[in-house]
Amino acid sequence: MTSLQIKTGAARLQPQVVLERQQAATRRKRWFYLALFAVALVAPMAIYPVFLMKLLCFALFACAFNLLLGYAGLLSFGHAAFLATGGYVTGFLLSHYSGLGTELGILAGTLTSAVLGLLFGLLAIRRQGIYFAMITLALAQLVFFIYVQAPFTGGENGLHGVPRGQLFGLFDLNNNLTLYYFVLAVFVFGYAVIQRTIHSPYGQVLKAIRENEPRAISLGYNVDAHKLLAFVISAALTGLAGSTKTVVFQLASLTDAHWHMSGEVILMTLLGGVGTVLGPLVGATVVVTLQSYLSNGPLGEWVHVILGLIFVICVLLFRVGIVGWVLKLSRRNF
Amino acid sequence: MTLIFGIPLSVMSGQLLLGLINGAFYALLSLGLAIIFGLLRIINFAHGAQYMLGAFAAVMGLNYLGVNYWMALVLAPLLVGVVGVLIERFLLRRIAGEDHLYGLLLTFGLALILEGSFVKLFGVSGSSYPMPEQLKGGYNLGFMFLPTYRAWVIVAALAVCLVTWFMIERTRLGSYLRAGTENPKLMQAFGINVPLLITLTYGYGAALAAFAGVLAAPIYSVTPTMGANLLIVVFAVVVIGGMGSIMGAIVTGLAMGLIEGLTKVFYPEAANTVVFLVMVLVLLVRPAGLFGKEA
Repeated sequence: MTSLQIKTGAARLQPQVVLERQQAATRRKRWFYLALFAVALVAPMAIYPVFLMKLLCFALFACAFNLLLGYAGLLSFGHAAFLATGGYVTGFLLSHYSGLGTELGILAGTLTSAVLGLLFGLLAIRRQGIYFAMITLALAQLVFFIYVQAPFTGGENGLHGVPRGQLFGLFDLNNNLTLYYFVLAVFVFGYAVIQRTIHSPYGQVLKAIRENEPRAISLGYNVDAHKLLAFVISAALTGLAGSTKTVVFQLASLTDAHWHMSGEVILMTLLGGVGTVLGPLVGATVVVTLQSYLSNGPLGEWVHVILGLIFVICVLLFRVGIVGWVLKLSRRNF
Repeated sequence: MTLIFGIPLSVMSGQLLLGLINGAFYALLSLGLAIIFGLLRIINFAHGAQYMLGAFAAVMGLNYLGVNYWMALVLAPLLVGVVGVLIERFLLRRIAGEDHLYGLLLTFGLALILEGSFVKLFGVSGSSYPMPEQLKGGYNLGFMFLPTYRAWVIVAALAVCLVTWFMIERTRLGSYLRAGTENPKLMQAFGINVPLLITLTYGYGAALAAFAGVLAAPIYSVTPTMGANLLIVVFAVVVIGGMGSIMGAIVTGLAMGLIEGLTKVFYPEAANTVVFLVMVLVLLVRPAGLFGKEA
């Protein structure tokens, strides 16, 4: 697993210099996040809020996926199942129980995805590498077929007109702007969870497993339990993204469960930069923007071909991704 | 009328036959995947697209060039095999030293490109391929009606599987292939052209998929997405069988087809999902797969 990791330029420096550089980097990072958050706050004044919300949902999806691929080194080809499960559970509950607060609907969707993630994880971590990818893909296809036939998903039609409802019984989410700030809060929460996970001692162990699994085992870590927890966190946050997306579009459909969706999230992460913190965010922005731009233009029917081409180009020439590339450039210059 | 578990024998044997045919396709495709995986260590996600290419090559050959079924059975695999050789030589080789997951992602991208272009050019509904004259009709076996073409599919698929098995397990070329699977560097030191062997292996795997595609053309409708959905089932078959042995891939493929056929008789709702459920069971009981070597 040597090539999926991002090489940090660890030259031998004095500890003092290293510390100063780290502090400077932390300060820069803090300002960057503040600026980004400020932009997110005013963005709906300039850009259509529904598009921004779609972007945030997919960004959270990609960030959750990257937690697994980038930090645990596990390539899941079945994340569409979690996205769809969150969406269907939330959509079903909000449509059938009108008194239910939207936040509870989303919570239920997230928890169901987490449970599904636990089941997937228990099976898939029994094998490694390529088999792991194939097993997750097959399990997701199993879930897809169940959703095609199950009575509560609306089959081919999906669930339409899901009410957005009220947040904590206080805020009316039918207002796009109110909903936008809610979705932004959900995203920031999900992002914070991922950040916390990555920078915790647990996250360090995950990275150690990615780098050298036999060594992590010999050091006494329960590798399977660590992988399983990462899988469950990733599935839960993916479910959160799916639930939120259902509230935004008032729709839950089979598109989310299809394996194309699992492929798309891989593409977002790969394009943005695997194992970088901001990569999935950038990748999701590029892919979602590209898709909505293409679908309105003359190239609308070529979307899959273009996505496929980006895939091939990324793998052949651009494995570090956009953020990885920027990091490389900045390291060279500073 | 004879009944088995309350099911008429003719219904039962009819579904088993259909299952066996599906199984023959699973066997052909998982065999190709296993061979490619053995030497290249990548999962060929474009396998479904290559199967689809084979079927479309047969349809287009007939419509535009008047190539008949028997010619198509030879020419389509050759054509797709050459495409496979080009893919290996100019794309896959460039990432040979990288993580094996990149091979999966690259071939996934290729599958998206191929399927997307065919959807654009031919639409999602696709076209049909006429049954060849010589294989029309069928035999009445007393307890069931056996259409000639379906019998032919099983015989042809099994013959190709067995020839492939023979080539790999019993010939000099096959011994190079097996040795290359074990230790490519040592093989190269002995003066065997391993890169060429790898290229030919990928081409052969792609040709096998295309052969399955031509066989499928007269009985399944030829659509751009025909391969993608089949491929995911084949992945499950590969997980069940494990990619350790050639014979294992063939046997598992046929068995899964039969199980699918039986499910159609007794509980049709689960026919789509039964192979995945078997995969779950196998993962619980024997994670390495039925014929797998590694854990």
